[in-house]
Amino acid sequence: MVGEQTSLETKAWDVLDKVEDPEIPVISIVDLGIVRSVKDIEGHLHVDITPTYSGCPATQVIEDSVNDALHHAKMEPFTVKTVLSPAWSTAMISDSGRSKLEAYGIAPPADESSDKLALMGEERQIKCPNCGSHDTKMVSQFGSTPCKAHFKCNDCLEPFDYFKCL
Amino acid sequence: MTATKESLFDFLLHLGDNALVLGHRLGEWCGHGPVLEQDIAMTNIALDLIGQSRNYLDYAGALEGKGRDEDVLAYRRDVLDFKNFLIVEQPNGNFASTIARQFYFDAWHLLVLQQLSESKDERLRDIALKSVKEVTYHHRWSSEWVIRLGDGTEESHDKMQHAIDDFWMFTGEMFEQSEDEAELQKDGMIYDAPAVKERWMAEVKRVLDEAGLKMPEAEWMQSGGKTGFHSEHLGFILAEMQFLQRAYPDAEW
Repeated sequence: MVGEQTSLETKAWDVLDKVEDPEIPVISIVDLGIVRSVKDIEGHLHVDITPTYSGCPATQVIEDSVNDALHHAKMEPFTVKTVLSPAWSTAMISDSGRSKLEAYGIAPPADESSDKLALMGEERQIKCPNCGSHDTKMVSQFGSTPCKAHFKCNDCLEPFDYFKCL
Repeated sequence: MTATKESLFDFLLHLGDNALVLGHRLGEWCGHGPVLEQDIAMTNIALDLIGQSRNYLDYAGALEGKGRDEDVLAYRRDVLDFKNFLIVEQPNGNFASTIARQFYFDAWHLLVLQQLSESKDERLRDIALKSVKEVTYHHRWSSEWVIRLGDGTEESHDKMQHAIDDFWMFTGEMFEQSEDEAELQKDGMIYDAPAVKERWMAEVKRVLDEAGLKMPEAEWMQSGGKTGFHSEHLGFILAEMQFLQRAYPDAEW
């Protein structure tokens, strides 16, 4: 964020922070990094949101929820726009978002150094969100939603979702 | 439209149609995958591709400026107007066929998107920068399966080799460049086809070597998809995909 927020912008961020992700209801779309910018241009609010994956079916639902939330908070006039650039990445998930994911049972995306290892084809170590063990195994890099991979823990034997790096 | 806009429009349709038709084919596996995880993998990839297709067709429609949006372009064009490669419309066959088709395409797709990520056309670059991350996962998945099946049992090896040989004749088309595309490339808007071909050959060879499979050597190649000359399969895909919009125009959820 550059410069000072107007009171309208601050209020809009508060409203948006209460909009949940439809697939992962413990985390808000602000925590997830889907809200890219909120701008007050002469009293007209411009909200940019970005999809996580190109084909994520939640994108439309999120856009509708954002419109609903702003409408209920009587923030008119406002415009909600979907932007592709800069492309969403898991680095845009906030720290509080990461801990909420883990508490919910979804392993948060690994950090950048382990990303680089994975890009070079090496196994990354993902911590089991249930028992904390690092002895885990990827079952499939495609999971229950486009943004997740499917893992299993070799210690507690529980299957779990991993929010994969993008 | 200016000549450049028209060429770009055609190129966007080509990318959009590739993604749309392959996405549709992969969607046919839904509920039929060999194991649940792979069923989910194929439909996840299908979802990414259809999302990417929306981005290209949406842009193509805006560029054309005749009020055709992504849905009109997807559902109201007929076979001759589709510009996808022949490879993506080929039937799923057995699991090895689906993997061979996906692997050849993903290797091309990833290289092309890497280059388009530096396109001088801003909107195309944004779509590529978004898609390239997704396609990295697709490419890894299909390469791993080529290796797993090629280096697996005698039966899986034979089926994989068979599929790799069968689809080979559809790969030549991926490196043909029309005059219009050559112009776009000169302007730094699209990819360099000869460079992609060279790197594609090296990448395919690397994976096939690791899988213990033979690189096909046949030189005769099929061609025509990009200019609207399709195999008999595309009409059937469109009949299914476009049925609802043809029967009930403008129907909405």
